[in-house]
Amino acid sequence: MKIELSREKVHNDFSKKVEWISGQNLFACYQCGNCTAGCPVAFAMDIGPHEVIRYTLLGLEEEALSANTYWLCASCLQCSSRCPKGIDIARVMDALRMIILRKKERKDYIQISEFPEGFLEKVPQIAFISGFRKFLS
Amino acid sequence: MNYLYFPGCTLYTKAKNFDQTARNCSLLLGFELVELPNWTCCGATFPLATDNLMALLPPARILARAKEQGETLTTLCAICFNVIKRTNHLLQKDSEKREKINQFIEMNYQGDLKVLHYLEILKQEIGFSTIQEKVKKPLKELQAAPYYGCMLLRPFEEMGFDDKERPTLFEEFLTALGARSVDFPYKIECCGSFQSVGTPEVATECAYRILTSAMRQGAEVVVSTCPLCTFNLDQKQSDILKAHLDFKTIPVLYFTQLLGVAMGLDPQTLGFEQNAVDPIPLLKRKGLI
Repeated sequence: MKIELSREKVHNDFSKKVEWISGQNLFACYQCGNCTAGCPVAFAMDIGPHEVIRYTLLGLEEEALSANTYWLCASCLQCSSRCPKGIDIARVMDALRMIILRKKERKDYIQISEFPEGFLEKVPQIAFISGFRKFLS
Repeated sequence: MNYLYFPGCTLYTKAKNFDQTARNCSLLLGFELVELPNWTCCGATFPLATDNLMALLPPARILARAKEQGETLTTLCAICFNVIKRTNHLLQKDSEKREKINQFIEMNYQGDLKVLHYLEILKQEIGFSTIQEKVKKPLKELQAAPYYGCMLLRPFEEMGFDDKERPTLFEEFLTALGARSVDFPYKIECCGSFQSVGTPEVATECAYRILTSAMRQGAEVVVSTCPLCTFNLDQKQSDILKAHLDFKTIPVLYFTQLLGVAMGLDPQTLGFEQNAVDPIPLLKRKGLI
């Protein structure tokens, strides 16, 4: 992919929004990939967390938001704990989730009506409560 | 000695065996868990979006109510522990947010409560050496894998529970019970957590990796501190069997159940019927029940 860089592009509104919600400085990221290397669910991600950060900094909002990366994040904080630049990456993933869930269209990641039969009886409350907070607007 | 205790929602239903065994064991060890009156759900996630104060209200309210009763609050569930302890830390450090939250919940809490996990009481207040003396049935020859998961340990700066990469508290506990503690590389890896409602197959894969890693190191049982980890590791083994033909099942127990076995509690009271993979054959084979 050929990307043209400009000052405006790098200091884009999308990355500012992610920084505001997450409270993190994305510019600290030097793309070492430690977050992706230690991520327990990276095997199922379209792109790694470090790539999502790069896309965000380049103002490639659509590319960053169309990846499944931040939906798959389980907030286990392994990346945040290991980031050599002190970025709380789990917060960045949550900020991306929030950007989608706070939009007018309210595109929820899960639909309660689609749960298979017996699912509600089987799964413990904590899974539902935390899941609903992460996946529903 | 009494400890103010916050059970949390799941310990009242899907993890009754965790709650009951902890209460029973505490009496044998000389302390009592006194339930916090009027407790509510803690919210089950610490909000990572920094502008989301709403999710901090339930844990803040719990803390404020606990402060009216005493100086410490004890939890068993690792998620509740994480949410309540992190909220407490935030209320301590961030005076602006503290003021806003206090105004909303109409209470005045300053973040000065000490949030404890049951394992911390066992280590710091009772002492593992005392527990060792009180063990009636040492778990001899039992190869137990301590599974920490994420919530007890991370973020280290706020939880301060144990080393964030190489914790040892759980191993010391198992050794005190006479078991052989099995070290395995996935002991601090995530079980998939709430992905069991988002993308269940991802959580199944995480559980598969953790369990097989423990078994490769010789584990006969995996020991957990969290009802959600236990759900993912224990109840989901039927899903793992469908996805991985080479998989062999392994019992997953709460650390308090194992403590109960070692303290000689009646096996009928240990709530094994709530465990998906039956641990009774293993415990019988080892002559423990």
